[in-house]
Amino acid sequence: MKSLMKYLDDYKKECILSPLFKLLEATFELFVPLVMAAIIDIGISQKDKQYVFRMCTILIVLGVVGLVCSITAQYFAAKAAVGFSAKLRHSLFEHIGHLSYSELDTLGTSTLITRMTNDVNQVQNGVNLVLRLLLRSPFVVLGAMIMAFTIDVKAALVFAVVIPVLCIVVFIIMFMSVPMYEVVQNKLDQVLTTTRQNLTGVRVIRAFNKEKDEKKTFDRRNRQLTNIRMYVGRISGMMNPVTYCIINIGIAALIYAGAFRTDAGDITQGEVVALVNYMSQILVEVIKLANLIITVTKALASAKRIEEVFDTEPSIVGKSVIKTKRQFEYAVEFNRVSLKYKNSGEEALSNISFQVKPGQTIGIIGGTGCGKSSIVNMIPRFYDATKGEVRVNGINVKHWQTDQLRDLIGMVMQKSVLFRGTIRDNLRWGKADATDEEMYRALEIAQAREFVDAKEHKLDEMIEQGGKNLSGGQRQRLAIARAIVKQPSILILDDSASALDFATDAKLRKSLSQLEDTTIFIVSQRTSSIRHADHIIVLDDGKIVMTGTHEELLENCDEYKEIHYSQVSKDEEGGVA
Amino acid sequence: MKQNKEKTMRKDTLKTVLHYTKRYRIYVLLSFVLAAVTVAFTLYIPILIGDAIDFIIGKGNVDFDGIAAILKKILLFMVLSAIAQWLMNLCNNKITYGVVRDIRHKAFAKLEVLPLSYIDSHSHGDIVSRMITDADTFADGLLMGFTQLFTGVITILGTLIFMLTINAKITFVVVVITPVSLLAASFIAKRTYHMFKLQSETRGKQTAFIDEMIGNQKVVKAFGHEDENLKEFDEINEELRKSSLKAIFFSSTTNPTTRFVNSLVYTGVGITGALIAMSNGITVGQLSCFLSYANQYTKPFNEISGVITELQNALACAARIFEFIDEKPQVPDKENAVELNNAEGNIRIERVDFSYVREKKLIQNLNLKVNSGERVAIVGPTGCGKTTIINLLMRFYDVDKGSIKVDHTDIKKITRSSLRSSYGMVLQETWLKEGTIRENLLMGKPDATEQEMIEAAKASHAHSFIKRLKDGYDTYITEDGGSLSQGQKQLLCIARVMLCLPPMLILDEATSSIDTRTELKIQSAFAKMMEGRTSFIVAHRLSTIKEADMILVMKDGNIIEQGKHDELLKENGFYAELYNSQFEKV
Repeated sequence: MKSLMKYLDDYKKECILSPLFKLLEATFELFVPLVMAAIIDIGISQKDKQYVFRMCTILIVLGVVGLVCSITAQYFAAKAAVGFSAKLRHSLFEHIGHLSYSELDTLGTSTLITRMTNDVNQVQNGVNLVLRLLLRSPFVVLGAMIMAFTIDVKAALVFAVVIPVLCIVVFIIMFMSVPMYEVVQNKLDQVLTTTRQNLTGVRVIRAFNKEKDEKKTFDRRNRQLTNIRMYVGRISGMMNPVTYCIINIGIAALIYAGAFRTDAGDITQGEVVALVNYMSQILVEVIKLANLIITVTKALASAKRIEEVFDTEPSIVGKSVIKTKRQFEYAVEFNRVSLKYKNSGEEALSNISFQVKPGQTIGIIGGTGCGKSSIVNMIPRFYDATKGEVRVNGINVKHWQTDQLRDLIGMVMQKSVLFRGTIRDNLRWGKADATDEEMYRALEIAQAREFVDAKEHKLDEMIEQGGKNLSGGQRQRLAIARAIVKQPSILILDDSASALDFATDAKLRKSLSQLEDTTIFIVSQRTSSIRHADHIIVLDDGKIVMTGTHEELLENCDEYKEIHYSQVSKDEEGGVA
Repeated sequence: MKQNKEKTMRKDTLKTVLHYTKRYRIYVLLSFVLAAVTVAFTLYIPILIGDAIDFIIGKGNVDFDGIAAILKKILLFMVLSAIAQWLMNLCNNKITYGVVRDIRHKAFAKLEVLPLSYIDSHSHGDIVSRMITDADTFADGLLMGFTQLFTGVITILGTLIFMLTINAKITFVVVVITPVSLLAASFIAKRTYHMFKLQSETRGKQTAFIDEMIGNQKVVKAFGHEDENLKEFDEINEELRKSSLKAIFFSSTTNPTTRFVNSLVYTGVGITGALIAMSNGITVGQLSCFLSYANQYTKPFNEISGVITELQNALACAARIFEFIDEKPQVPDKENAVELNNAEGNIRIERVDFSYVREKKLIQNLNLKVNSGERVAIVGPTGCGKTTIINLLMRFYDVDKGSIKVDHTDIKKITRSSLRSSYGMVLQETWLKEGTIRENLLMGKPDATEQEMIEAAKASHAHSFIKRLKDGYDTYITEDGGSLSQGQKQLLCIARVMLCLPPMLILDEATSSIDTRTELKIQSAFAKMMEGRTSFIVAHRLSTIKEADMILVMKDGNIIEQGKHDELLKENGFYAELYNSQFEKV
């Protein structure tokens, strides 16, 4: 919670004013019994109607002042709490944006969503309530205690015992329930995960008739959530009864002590009444506090979960100082690079070395899971090499400022993801100020112009979440266009033409060759897609088998031959021969 | 008009909530009784304390025995009251969390029967927000409602009785004025309801944004789009901040306002009381006692009014969940729907019209006849409607016109579950669920033996890479498949289908991410799998297509050519053009 406090910095004024006004209100409230006493003592005994009316006017004035103070306090509290959570969400979103692939792989999306929404809410509620009651309740409790001491020190010692005991009990209950509220939030995560899965995987789940099983899983998690909630409820539900008991034992003790003190003639009966009243006042306040404490407990548990996200340091941090090196021979260099993913036993890549000159086209081919995507993911530094170094434009990627490095690179991933918004919005991801002309050029190169033109609203056609209203091939072509709009000096196509038919694929390859200054990486399983590349890297099981041109490889590389002839003999029926 | 509508909506929501509490009738009743017990004892203890104090008269005049007896009583009632209160808390917990569980259960059950068109066209983040955050806020509000409403009402009744025993006239004044605070509360409540609703909606919007962007963080990073995203996020965030501030602030004015009204009541009692006292109607002692009761009497009104605003928030959230629950489900299976067992795989598509959006016609008058065991390849440029045909065959979407028949039965007359389990489907978009590899493979056939599972994995060439994973078949994969490659995920999807071997197959770009050598290797397994099974294959690789019994060439939602590979080549039409394109020199 402590590290989150800084988000209240901008609201210092509110954080002071809100409790202060609340305090003022409490103080005015204390005057009310005094005025009423005056009405009884003076007004009624002297039968002075004028006096009664005057005093009643004062009562109303006090009420109005109290109202104003309290509304002001509520306003400041709400403003601070809401502003706090908005800033918190902002930083959280920003921080998650900085996390790198391996952290995202381990954390998972669902829990990040609950933490950003539900947990932040809990903390917001906590802040709001604390601000409202922070000063007021201790003020009343302490005030009552001090008043008690002014009446009779010995009898008031009961207060000195009861209040610490009360604090201890409250803290014990808090300490017991904070970790459990964390469990509650974790269970909530699981409920959310199941929900999300059933949205993203709806087709597969229905195709396999898994609705019932999914319901079972959901019900199980839902039940677990409910059970743990009730369990925590049982503990925090003790807060009120236990404090109630302690206070009443205190009252009994007071009466007993008061009896002795009165018997000895040290205090009067009226003073005993006053003492008891002060204790009751504490009870009322403590009950209010108990409500606060439960909310605070929840907030603390949530705050801890939020802090966990903040504590997840991005493993990949760009250097802020850029080494400028104008002259470079190679656009991309891999020097004895190895890569091992977190949680996996074996190296995904081992000892990879190759050099690429600017403007060259590189093909990467190899079996499923052989590390093709891993190689290209290391160029924009999505993953860091466990051994060796990757250089872009002569500079080790670890010495680049990550933004600038990624600005150079246009990446089209296997899974083509589009975002909700117009086609134009999506293309502008590549370049925020792209003109229509630039966009149309990119669409032409990506072979997407035709179908975009066929859309009713052209560039302003709406795309639904995930691009669901487009076909797989259309999505891929838009994703390619999006990368081209960027005018990158390195373009990476990670098996991103897989959903294209042959005609389109061929046209795409042809038009890509127009991009003369661009270094292009094409990851593919089809030799036809890469046969015109300057260099082809053949990978097997994380290692380079051989590099060379299509013709060289056909002569010398058995693996490549195998791949190539497996395709041509099937597809072209000996058309090559 | 709008307000009226909102009002009835709120009433309906409340009714639905009450309907959900029906299952917990006993607990509601118990909670009420326990609240009564708690309140009675809580009100009784001050009387006992007063009695005890009466024994303390002055120096040397204290009845210790009497005090001891009363103190024992106080302790007894205190313990009883505390226990009753705790039990009441338990009941309330049980009711609220039970109700929320039931509502979530219902919502999820609805999710499973919603038509795909709904799920495809609605933001996932918003649905998630309804089921998680809204349900939770609702729970908090409801719990507070139950705990405070009951004790509040009973305290009011209790003190009312005590007051009546002292003076009827002043009691009358109190009774008449106090509801003003309730009026004030409901005045504010009415205005805050739509603020809370706006807050929930904005929150839903934000969750949707978070869901989309964090879910695709990798793409975001690839484009260095973090800053732009943050900007957009901040806009929604600011919107949420504003709407939250409004909702929270205005609702929080209820308490001070009602307290102000109460101080008016207090003053009113003071004036009338003082005037009556002056004419010797009551004693000063009675008046002070009265004032303290009046104070106690108004307190629950404060609490109740606080609850009323809290409930506005809860109801606004509940309304959003109920809206989702009330969403129209897919047309249920016909009552006399038949089970499709061991389908032969004769499929007839007759005069089918279909479109996702009514204004935009897609498939028109589609006719197709596929005989048992035939292999049908669907080719065509992207966006020609290949995937749509799969949506229709699997009955993810219903046809607008015409019919699709399997073994001479209209699929609308077949239970969805039996229809779908007759198809084995591998889609281009690989989807694996969070869990172990084993769980994913056994999805279609939970009772498969270890042997069968490994065989299927071997046939699909997934075995070798699974074996290399840290925990083999028990490797846990996260939501999106974690660091498995796209091709590996696809191999798992293929193994999943190979294990359950249904009578008909749909392969939509099933091998698009798999390298050709591996593909070749699993080809024989595929061929074996397709033998005797009606199969629909969407593919770009002509190798997969060439051996098909029938090739459908589609364009713009229509079948423009149909026949075998050689025949179509001879026709020298669109298919031939597609086929020849791969020799085009780049």
